Formats: sequence, structure tokens, C-alpha cells
Amino acid sequence: MNKVKFELKDVSLERPDCNSTGKRPTAIILNRINTVFLQGQITAVMGPSGAGKSSLLRLLNRLEDPGTGSITLDGANLKDLNIFTLRRRVGMVWQLPTLFPGTVAANISYGPRLRGIPPVAAATMARKLIQTVGLTAELLDRPAASLSIGQQQRVSLARTLANEPEVLLLDEPTSALDPTAAANILHLMADLRSRLGLTIIFVTHLPEQARQVADRVLLLSHGEIIESGPALQFFTAPRDPRSRLFLNGQLEG
Amino acid sequence: MLQYIDIGPGDIALALVLVGITLAISLWQHLDLHGDLLVGSVRAFIQLMAVGYLLQLIFNLNRWYLVVLALVIMLLVAAGNAYRRQQERWPQLFFVMLLAIGCGGLLTLTIVIAVVLKVKPWYQPQYIIPLAGMIVGNAMVGAALAVNRLTGEIKAHRDAIEVALALGATARQAIIPYLRASLRAAMLPTVSTMMTVGIVQLPGMMTGQIIAGASPAAAVKYQIVVTYMIAAATALTTITATLTAYRYYFTPNHQLKPPLKNTAA
Repeated sequence: MNKVKFELKDVSLERPDCNSTGKRPTAIILNRINTVFLQGQITAVMGPSGAGKSSLLRLLNRLEDPGTGSITLDGANLKDLNIFTLRRRVGMVWQLPTLFPGTVAANISYGPRLRGIPPVAAATMARKLIQTVGLTAELLDRPAASLSIGQQQRVSLARTLANEPEVLLLDEPTSALDPTAAANILHLMADLRSRLGLTIIFVTHLPEQARQVADRVLLLSHGEIIESGPALQFFTAPRDPRSRLFLNGQLEG
Repeated sequence: MLQYIDIGPGDIALALVLVGITLAISLWQHLDLHGDLLVGSVRAFIQLMAVGYLLQLIFNLNRWYLVVLALVIMLLVAAGNAYRRQQERWPQLFFVMLLAIGCGGLLTLTIVIAVVLKVKPWYQPQYIIPLAGMIVGNAMVGAALAVNRLTGEIKAHRDAIEVALALGATARQAIIPYLRASLRAAMLPTVSTMMTVGIVQLPGMMTGQIIAGASPAAAVKYQIVVTYMIAAATALTTITATLTAYRYYFTPNHQLKPPLKNTAA
């Protein structure tokens, strides 16, 4: 049995409700979430839009804090960890690459430079990482904006890996990409897990992706966990009727 | 010293002929300018007359506390004005403006009065009031521009800011590219004025001194000091304003706060 990486206890999140007509000023985004994420596993977080998938990820690197409940990483409460150390240990990649202005190399070495790693050492890291994500070193000196979106997404992955994270959070990392680029990112995820032992939590709206790479599936709807369990079981014998609806594309947000 | 021509009430009335010409053209060509122009002319007259008498009073009484009172009022009005010009307002922003214009303005004013001009006593209204007016006016415009730009940048670049935070940047490190852009934008009018001063236009203060009888050579020296003074005051104010204002958008844990709801102008 793998070691517990993240443990969430009674985690709830509310946000000011922009659409509210004044009756209730906040919207419940996540409601009493209890779950664990195991080390070295790939978990696919799925659910209709507005289910709270992205918000769940944002709590794990403390881009936001839950209103109630506690989250631990390797047994330590997130709030007791240094915020910068936490965010380096728990890297995040978004749907859009959002590279910074400048070269590919400058993007990849952003994190190392913040940590005070000298330029030469950071450049060496960038050279190694661009190959890790399946691109060639010739791209390093190119302006980041000149790359294709698929290449940019790999660079954004390399930029996150430059912090040497233990956990990767990916928020719909392939939904802006064409099918080939998307398949490459999925292969890369599986590869990173087996080579570096990374714990990977990724949000996807495509059950097919979860079937391909995930060990475990977490299905959310309206801020609550509907079903959580081994991917094989989820796809062959889902326990909750709403999971079956979701797999048939019929679960509404 | 050259002759100084005093302007009498009749002369002002004659100057109104200038406005009259434009009013007539506006009416004749149906340009709808006359309403604004008329209100503007009347307001300018009343405001300038009022401030003229008020300044005359302060000059005649020549008391330090009256000068300080005038400075305080200038600062409050400038901070209020810079605050009202913001597309995105939050309660503490008025005090951010007051702090920024106060720090940048008073520091510059102190150096010019005490070190450069060595005015004695320091509160001589003839020097401190016009200099403070120029400083505070420019600082106000700079602070308003800088903070407006900063809030716009934050709104437009939330994604990139959160990417930087997620990579282990502090709020300050994540915001610094946008802080720089805001400062550049706010300093642009001042810097371009410095680049063209004397070539494209003659500054109002220098023109005024020359008309009042000062030699161009003397007026130019004042203008140089004033140009540096305005640049310094604007820079210090915009730096203070942006470095204080950005903090409002982050939590102490280096998290970008959700977007504000009341973004109405």
C-alpha cells in the first residue's frame, strides 16, 4: 500500500457569489470533502463543470485556503508549512501554458532563479528539463510565444518540474491541445510518475483520459464527492448511479 | 528689469472677447461647444478669483500654521481626486493616495525649500505655496495613472500572477513586471515633458516669471529646479502608491484575492 500524500478532512470552500441576487452572498464550492491521495498514484478528478474540480486543486498548493477542514501533506498540516516550500513541492500546470514573456530557457529557469540558483546551473537544469518533456535544446533560446501551443504546454510542464516537485497538479492540461499533443502530455504524465515517482492529480473532462493513465478516479458534483475508487472499478462497475450517468455523458452540472 | 503690465477689470472683460468669438462660432455652426465653454469660463473666473484672494490673505498674514493648513487641504483634495479617478476603488485606497502624495510631495518640497532654495523662514508663502501646488498637482496625476494601470494589469494578468505564485514567487515577485509597467506608464508624461521642455513648449511657470519681469536667464534656472522637482515628486509618489496598493490584492499568505465585485466606475 502506498503512503498517504494528501489527506483532506471535512474540507469546505465558499466564495462570494457573483451571480447571487443578494439572498445568499456566498456560493458553496466544496462541501465537506474527505479523501486521500496516495504517493506515486495518478488520480483523475472528474465531474461536470462547476463541480469544484479546479478549486480542489487550488487548495492543495494553497492558492486558496478552505473555509473549514484541514489538509495535510505527508502528515503535516499545510498551514504549518512554509508557503513557498509547499508550492515548490506541489507544482501546478494549467489548461493554458501562460508562459512569461522571454525565452523558453528563461521560463524554465524562473523557479530555480527565484530559489537563488546561479544562472549557469539554472541553464543546465533547463537544458536537461527540455529533453525530459520531449523537446529539443534548440528551442531554449526561442521566444516562448513563438512555440506551438502543444510545445508551450510542455515548456510550462518543464517550468514546473524545475522546482523538483513531489506532486503535480494539472488542471485540464490537454483541453487546449490537439489530440496528438494531448496524447503526448498524457504519455509524459505516466512517464514522470514511473521515472520520478511523482504523485499526479489531474482534472479532466474526458473519461477516456482517466481510463488511459489514472490509477484512481474521483468524481465530483456540486462540490461533493460522488464516487472515489480504483479507475478499473469505476469504469467497469461504478457504484453510484450518478457515476453511470456521468460515464454516459448525462450528468448535468 | 522690464516693465510689468497690471491687468485691470476692464482688461479681463476684453479677454472675454476671445471666449466670445468661439461661442459665436459654436452657435453659428451648431457645434454644441458653447454650453461647456460658458460654464468653464465662469468656473475658471470664480475659482481663480477665490483662490487669488485666499492666497493674498495667506501672503499678507504670513503665518506658518496658515501655510501648513493650505498644504493639508491641498493634499486632501489631491488624494480625493486621485481616488475618484480610479476604475476600481476600495475603502483604504484614499489613504494609499494620501500616503503616497504626502510622502513623495513633502519629501520633495522639503528638499527644494530647505536645501536648494534655502528659503528663510521656510513658510514664506511666495515660495512654498506655488511650489507645493506644482508638486501636489503632478503627484496626483501620477498616482492616479499608476494605480489605475496597476489594477488594470492585475485584472488582465491574474493567470500569469498565479502561475508565478504557484512557482514559489512572493506576491511582490509575482507582481513586479506589472508594477514596472504601471510606473513607466505613470512617468511617461513627466519624462516626455522633460525631453521636450523648452523646445516644443515653454512651461507655464517660466512664462509667468518672464511676464512678471524676471530675465529669461533667471527664469530658466527656476524652471530647471522645478522640472527636477516635479520628476522626483511624481516618481516617489507613484512608487509609494503602487508598492502600497498592490498589497491589497493579496492575502498575507501570498494568495491573489478573488476579483472585486464592485468594479463600476
